[in-house]
Amino acid sequence: MTLWYFFATHRHEILAAIEQHLVLVVISMAIAIGISVPLGMVIVSRPHLRALAMALANIFQTIPSLALFGFLIPLPFIGGIGARTAIVALVLYALLPILRNTYVGLTTIDPAVLEAAEAMGMTENQVMFRVRLPLAKSFILAGIRTATVITIGIATIAAAIGAGGLGTFIFRGVAMVSNVVILAGAIPAAILALLADYSLGFVEHRWKVR
Amino acid sequence: MPEPAPTPEPTIEFRHASYIIPANQGRSILNDISFRIAEGEVVSIIGRSGSGKTSLLKLINRIHRHTSGDVLVGGKSVSAWDVIRLRRGIGYVVQETGLFPHLTVRENVCVVPELEQWPKDSSRQRFQEVMALVGLNPNEYAERFPRELSGGQRQRVGVARALAADPRILLMDEPFGALDPITRAELQKVFLDLSRRVSKTIVLVTHDLREALLLGTRAVLLDRGCIAASAAPEEFLKLEQPAVREFIAASELRLGQPA
Repeated sequence: MTLWYFFATHRHEILAAIEQHLVLVVISMAIAIGISVPLGMVIVSRPHLRALAMALANIFQTIPSLALFGFLIPLPFIGGIGARTAIVALVLYALLPILRNTYVGLTTIDPAVLEAAEAMGMTENQVMFRVRLPLAKSFILAGIRTATVITIGIATIAAAIGAGGLGTFIFRGVAMVSNVVILAGAIPAAILALLADYSLGFVEHRWKVR
Repeated sequence: MPEPAPTPEPTIEFRHASYIIPANQGRSILNDISFRIAEGEVVSIIGRSGSGKTSLLKLINRIHRHTSGDVLVGGKSVSAWDVIRLRRGIGYVVQETGLFPHLTVRENVCVVPELEQWPKDSSRQRFQEVMALVGLNPNEYAERFPRELSGGQRQRVGVARALAADPRILLMDEPFGALDPITRAELQKVFLDLSRRVSKTIVLVTHDLREALLLGTRAVLLDRGCIAASAAPEEFLKLEQPAVREFIAASELRLGQPA
């Protein structure tokens, strides 16, 4: 059985898996961005919270992904089998790159610019929203880009806990000892990752102001 | 323009003001500074690096807080001022310009008018005026970004931005320090012209004696955090204090090359 033949005969199934995969990634990324960017803004002026948030995000990053999915299954509310659990795990992985880039982007601004903003009588919020955030946006996007690529990859493992997605083919292929079936999941996942990387990289470049 | 918000009267007074950085083993930056700057004066603060010039300037708009004594702007202690109101009434120019890289020249210049919610027309008109004051064609530069300008042009925009909300006090920290000699002389001329026309109280920090005497109506020499001398430019060179002689001698060594 050739790869092309498998793609041709299973195209509906593969397209459905791509869709599931994208839904997992988009929802996870939306939540991760919604947590990390505001958190990054808050920790700029709160060193204690910064240390705690960074440490936690780092710890999540170090847990092997398959183990993290396993740990989450027995937990009430966020655990169990299915997409919800997978999204929780994906969010935890995506936090660190976004949080770190947000923080770095917001804090590596030319001191003369920040001082000028202060001296012109901007309030702390005005400095954040009119100066820091616009100057940090390409950094933040770079973090989102890294996190998206990671999430697309890790989302293949979500199939192990019944969340569907392109990982379904990979696990099935491993069980069947069939490279063709593995590739039917792996190739679309790789293409998705490349597309995300390229398109976000394009926007990131256009947003660069410094 | 909306109802005029209270802006500081353009007088500045230091009363035994000291500035000590506690984090830095209580290192004393400024010591028992007392002097008064009247409305319309152009005071040049000179001194070598580390003499406390910049800190003195920053005590005025409360970027730094004096640790004892008092600093008064418009007869009122800076501690008693609402810091936002105080700063919006004081123009501020620094050597590095601190222009916002993500904003156009027009947006940079109109930051304070916009923060103060001036009507669009007023701030547009004001943009035209201040750009003309610093000798830049408003229409040509309005939509450019700071990175597209030369050092001299950036510095002019920085001055225009400081003047935009028509503050009565202007603080300038080595405004021409990073420029080549020709651009520098050009901007000094613009400054002289401007300071005669706009009648503001100006405090100018510089380490260049010639610049201080050329631009100021008074020169104040700082030496290790204390005021060593304060005199009109024509008298300054005749002062006998050792600190003054030393500073003049050091400056003369550099004469010929723009410091």
